[in-house]
Amino acid sequence: MPTSHLRLQSRPNCARFALVLAALAASGCDKKPSGEAAPSAAVAAAAPSAAPKEAGPLKVAFAYVGPVGDAGWTFAHDKARQEAEASFGGKVKTSFVENVPEAADAERVIRDMADQGNTLIFGTTFGYMEPMLKVAADVKNVKFEHATGYKTADNMRTYDSRTFEGAYLAGVVAGSMTKTKTLGVVASIPIPEVIRNIDSFTLGAQSMNPDVKTKVVWVNKWFDPPKETESAQALLDQGADVLMQNTDSSAVLQTAEKAGKMAFGWDSDMSKFGPHAHLASAIVNWAPYYKKAIKDVLDGSWKVEQTWWGVKEGAIDLVHISDQVPAATKAKIDEIKKGLSDGSFSIWKGSIKDQAGKEQLKAGETAEVKMLLGINFYVKGVEGKLPSSK
Amino acid sequence: MNELALLIASAIASGTPLALAALGLIINERAGVINLGAEGLMLVAAIAGFACAVATKSLVLGLLAGALAAALLSAVLGAMVIWLNTNQYASGLAVSLFGAGFSAFVGIGYTQENLGAHASPGIPGLSQIPFVGPALFTQHPLAYLALALALAEGWFFFRSKPGLVLRAVGESPEAAQSLGYDVRVIRLAAVVSGGALVGLAGAYVSVVATPLWVEGMIAGKGWIALALTTFATWRPGRALWGAYLFGGVTMLQLHLQGRGVNLPVELLTALPYLSTVLVLVLISRNPRWIAANMPASLGKPFYPGA
Repeated sequence: MPTSHLRLQSRPNCARFALVLAALAASGCDKKPSGEAAPSAAVAAAAPSAAPKEAGPLKVAFAYVGPVGDAGWTFAHDKARQEAEASFGGKVKTSFVENVPEAADAERVIRDMADQGNTLIFGTTFGYMEPMLKVAADVKNVKFEHATGYKTADNMRTYDSRTFEGAYLAGVVAGSMTKTKTLGVVASIPIPEVIRNIDSFTLGAQSMNPDVKTKVVWVNKWFDPPKETESAQALLDQGADVLMQNTDSSAVLQTAEKAGKMAFGWDSDMSKFGPHAHLASAIVNWAPYYKKAIKDVLDGSWKVEQTWWGVKEGAIDLVHISDQVPAATKAKIDEIKKGLSDGSFSIWKGSIKDQAGKEQLKAGETAEVKMLLGINFYVKGVEGKLPSSK
Repeated sequence: MNELALLIASAIASGTPLALAALGLIINERAGVINLGAEGLMLVAAIAGFACAVATKSLVLGLLAGALAAALLSAVLGAMVIWLNTNQYASGLAVSLFGAGFSAFVGIGYTQENLGAHASPGIPGLSQIPFVGPALFTQHPLAYLALALALAEGWFFFRSKPGLVLRAVGESPEAAQSLGYDVRVIRLAAVVSGGALVGLAGAYVSVVATPLWVEGMIAGKGWIALALTTFATWRPGRALWGAYLFGGVTMLQLHLQGRGVNLPVELLTALPYLSTVLVLVLISRNPRWIAANMPASLGKPFYPGA
């Protein structure tokens, strides 16, 4: 008995250590939650009836990186999808798959969409770029639309919104509201889009209050509310009193609400998640573009372009501005919006200096689109080192 | 100084769910049942707690509902591994996977719900003390409960007779049975009460820490708690410190980022895992210490008739 006891004992414990270590490793590199969450959601959503290819309405599919209920990025895309579908009467039938990870799974999901007879496919996050290119090369009769990317093909084009315009407008509000002259940004993934938003937010704040500093914490995810909460808390602990985020949930706003500080909604109107903390929401309205893209396919005028719409086209706005915000600031916001619409105002106009004090834009010089698309520096006033972007 | 106090406060808040879950798992494992379902239990508790809090507008009821949901699911696991003698590892993993999928399915309608953010009141008077007040006395009541539980568990296991019986069941169920104890009932009680604590931890995440429901929002905390029990050599006090250490380094790396420290973000993100494993391995590197503390019958089935 004693010997068998010992022998039996060692085996399960080896197994256990291995399991525990594997689990630690898995959660350490952050693969676990998304990998585990995705399949169930994908299966649940990816079961639209396999309609015949010929005749019937135009079938349009959307791949989303997060859940529709994130109240942010994916929510905004889905709202626009519904609006676009409704505007074409019965001529268009849309479907979507949510929680598609920015990895090998994306290619499978997108290929699946093409197989199911969709003739127009939208991929709504940067990380789908390579998977979409691969599928686009194989399925020539389907048109692909990729959000926030830069690579195109004969049947794949890109679209994006000038989210930095919303970030700048929010910055103007933040600059007029901060008492500690310290702003905090919970940032997602170090790509030019996000860096541009942090910079624009800071420039907006400095237009109201030149001494404002911005602290940044990167969570390396688009959507991870617990981590967004902890990051927001760290920024508040360090004296930031107005928070902004480039992540997709309302967690940052809620953390500010809890602490009695201020914050913004991002991508969609988040005012209900922090009635006291909410200063305004910088929203993206994708509906104008989705209507245009679908119309292009319907009337055969679809051609490869790279669209980048902003306040001017109704794609970007700052809404639900809090009563706490002074009237003068609100007037300034209206003035900037008008200037952006008629082209008389430009956010990225010199002199703009980077962190090191080097002049990136000379006085009076306006940034070219190419510079904005590839931006890889923090402007003066942003603290910390920019993580090396991929 | 003020920032350090706030960092300590955030570290405790961040470590509290890990501490609660690890303390629950230690009860399971001291009785000889390994519960690999922790992650799934926490997820089910998170959605149950959130849904109940939304329906009743009461955070306390939400937390209780989370604990209850996880206790029920644990009872199912307990019935399987204790009476049907299914493999504990496979059954636990099944519960974990089930919990992830089930919580996502049930939670579909809750992603747009809003509980509202509530500040923790803190302890009146004590929270006014400079430095110590903001660092230690502004926590949510559950943080103090975790501390009290760690002390109570230590006393229970090593100073009380029921605790001794529970450990006997985990060490040598045959001996416990020959003394007239019903091993299976005691194991089930341990699994259910430990599961309730794991559930409390899950509900803390969705009701208190980040008052939202998001699929998969436990994000590995259940696995970390499982690892903590082993590295803490099944000692409640050590599990508590391990949880605070993990929470502390998690917050520290965010603070370092905010301060603009010149280190790669990827390395900073890995720091909590690396440092916790390193420290706990160093503490418990003595193999005899592990052998002395590990419940000898952990993970093994028990046949009362044999």
